[in-house]
Amino acid sequence: MTNTLEKPKPLVLVVDDYQDAREMYAEYLEFSGFRVAEAKNGQEALDKAFELVPDVILMDLSLPVMDGWEATRRLKGDARTRHIPVVALTGHALKGHSEDANQAGCDAYVTKPCLPDALVEQVKKMIARRETAAAR
Amino acid sequence: MASPAPLPPAEADAGARLVLAEHLLACESAVACARAVVEWLSRQTGAPVACLGPGDGGTVPGCLASEGLTGAQQAALGRAWEEPDSALAPFHTRPGARWLAADAFEGNVLPGGFLAVPLGRPGAPPVALLAVGLSGPGVPRDVAWAASCAGPLLARLTASDARTPRRLEPDRLLRRVINAVSDPVLLTDPEGVLLFANGRAEALLVAGPDASPGRARAVELNQRLFRETLAQGGATGTGVHRLEVPLVDPVEGMDLLFELVTTPVLAPDGPAVVVSVLRNVTDLGRAAQALGESDRRLRATEREARSERHRLDRVLDSVADPIILSDPSGGMVMMNDPAERLFAWPREAGEAFMRRVRANEGLFGSFLSHLLGPDNAGVSRWKSQLTLDDPTSGAPVPMEAMANKVVGDQGELTGIVTVFHDRTEVLERARLLERVKEVSSELEARVLSATAELAEQNEKLRRQAIQLEQASAAKSQFLANMSHEFRTPLNAILGYTNMLLQGVSGEMTPPQRRNLTRIDSNGRHLLEVINEILDITRIEAGRMPLHLTDFGLSELLQEVMAEMDPIIARSKLTVETHLEEGLPGVWTDRQKVKQIVLNLLSNALKFTHEGSVQVSAEYQNGTGILSISVKDTGIGIDVSNQEKIFEDFQQVDSSPTRAYGGTGLGLSICRRLATMLGGRVSLQSSPGQGSTFTLHFPRRARRT
Repeated sequence: MTNTLEKPKPLVLVVDDYQDAREMYAEYLEFSGFRVAEAKNGQEALDKAFELVPDVILMDLSLPVMDGWEATRRLKGDARTRHIPVVALTGHALKGHSEDANQAGCDAYVTKPCLPDALVEQVKKMIARRETAAAR
Repeated sequence: MASPAPLPPAEADAGARLVLAEHLLACESAVACARAVVEWLSRQTGAPVACLGPGDGGTVPGCLASEGLTGAQQAALGRAWEEPDSALAPFHTRPGARWLAADAFEGNVLPGGFLAVPLGRPGAPPVALLAVGLSGPGVPRDVAWAASCAGPLLARLTASDARTPRRLEPDRLLRRVINAVSDPVLLTDPEGVLLFANGRAEALLVAGPDASPGRARAVELNQRLFRETLAQGGATGTGVHRLEVPLVDPVEGMDLLFELVTTPVLAPDGPAVVVSVLRNVTDLGRAAQALGESDRRLRATEREARSERHRLDRVLDSVADPIILSDPSGGMVMMNDPAERLFAWPREAGEAFMRRVRANEGLFGSFLSHLLGPDNAGVSRWKSQLTLDDPTSGAPVPMEAMANKVVGDQGELTGIVTVFHDRTEVLERARLLERVKEVSSELEARVLSATAELAEQNEKLRRQAIQLEQASAAKSQFLANMSHEFRTPLNAILGYTNMLLQGVSGEMTPPQRRNLTRIDSNGRHLLEVINEILDITRIEAGRMPLHLTDFGLSELLQEVMAEMDPIIARSKLTVETHLEEGLPGVWTDRQKVKQIVLNLLSNALKFTHEGSVQVSAEYQNGTGILSISVKDTGIGIDVSNQEKIFEDFQQVDSSPTRAYGGTGLGLSICRRLATMLGGRVSLQSSPGQGSTFTLHFPRRARRT
């Protein structure tokens, strides 16, 4: 909160079809000092990402209309959004899923259930990595 | 030989006698006879001979014939013979020869005396007297023989001369008749001395002086044979004798057989003679022989036929099948033993026996009727099946009867042969065969149904296997889905609880915080259960692959200790680790080893209230097996439960109100993971003495 004046709060796009989870993460992120945008499927996530260009995208992989893998691939395939870190979120705690997510271009992988503070930790880590990269 | 011929000179004694005998036969008067004897004797003896006898035939009275005597001598002897007082007078009545001296007589008789030999039938008074100028007193054999030959003849001739006027013509006719007889006819004295022979007989028995030596020998042989036969035939007796005499054909040399019929002729006044008639039976003998031979052959044939018939009977009897020979009218002619058992009754047969035999006969008769009668002339055989009765037991005897006509040379029916064949066995066999077929088809049906059942069962099993597989896959999928579906709301529950506890919605009162903490811990437990179920599902579905890496055990155990530190701190137990010196590096799935050790350690902390927990690791060089033990001083586990606790959802206390938390899946997962690593989890424990769980696993895992 002390940094508010120095630069705008980072924008996090939370993509999850399960409203309770989405809003829970959104609330906690806002509580933790982030701006939050929400999308409830892959297509919407793409639209929001192109429109808002968030700092971090939290991407649930099991999504209707367009799933998280496909959305991530498209984001990473587009010059406008390629630089945005994507943290994959999944309830399927299977090895294969994380590999698929990595292949799709995810930068981190978090297994649900993931407590909000753990998720916020992950988001902060992503922003810090990005800033370090940008600083170089 | 019809008339006396001059005597031929005597060459041999026998031959000379035969000549005389022949000569004598031809004599028809006492004078001729006397002359023949006188001449023969004179020649034989060389002495003067005279035959004195009654007669008017001679030139000198009283002297029938003389040789070598003067007329005076003849006359003197004649006178002496006729005078009753002379020395010769006794010879009229008395037989027997005597030598008489010359001086006994008046006149000049024979100087030196002479032998007086009376002539006549033996036993009868002499009719003549032979005077032979030989010295006595013995009578030479020739003289005696000539006397015996001529005596009877002279007696007869003298008698016939005296009785009947001489009739030469009929006598000659008789001779011719005899000569014409085709069989040899002989007149002999009882000794066989030939007196007369007809032409046929002469050919066999007489050899003239000019005969060849062969003929002479043959004739001699024949004479001897003839005499012997005559002697054995008892020619001296009376009656007709029939004898067989083998003779030789003097011309051809062939053996001939004659039948000899001898008839002794006993003239009251003459000498005894024998008439012999020979009949050539050579051909007859041969014929008889041939007849005998053929008779013998006939007998042999008959015997053979008899034995043949006997053998045939035996053969027929030995045939087990009944055989009956019937005549053309259907009557039984012959049957063998087996047939007799069905169609004949013994003397002592009972009523039932006879009734059955009659029934059999009736059946047989109607069977035969198919072949009998003019209507069935064209039928040569008939076959049918009859059920006869066993006469003894009354049991039915199924028979097949086969009748064949026996036809003669002219095609006429001479009989019918019927052969029966017992069908009992055949029927029995057929019945058995039928039964076997039945059973086998039954068996086949059973096998078929069993096979079908088996196939059905297999199909069912296969379907069940598929269903099981599908069910298992469905279960795995369901569990995977379920755990996801559990997680999503659980994620929200835990998340919001966490946020509340962090004061996102403002500060809470202590009771609120305590309750939220309980929600949080129960939610975490639920998450743990879900995670473990998911682990088991993944292991069973084969969706938990091994990730083999190289690592050190000490680092791994430090990591475990670090993670468990908050719990250890809360437990107030002494937890130590002890690693053997020089543990080698490990090549296996690090994550799984860590999960097992974490689980074992968490169990040890959970079930130990006071004391210590020791974690140690060691390596067995020989087997290449690493062991990580977690030893506690907890409640311990009874032996009977030591296996049970490795099963799913099992704790020693499985009641819903059990004292210890946990899912009951931890050890089950540990065991499964250890198996994946090629190792196992072992347990040593007793109640109240604590427990030691040990993970054994190979230093270098093999990818399976």
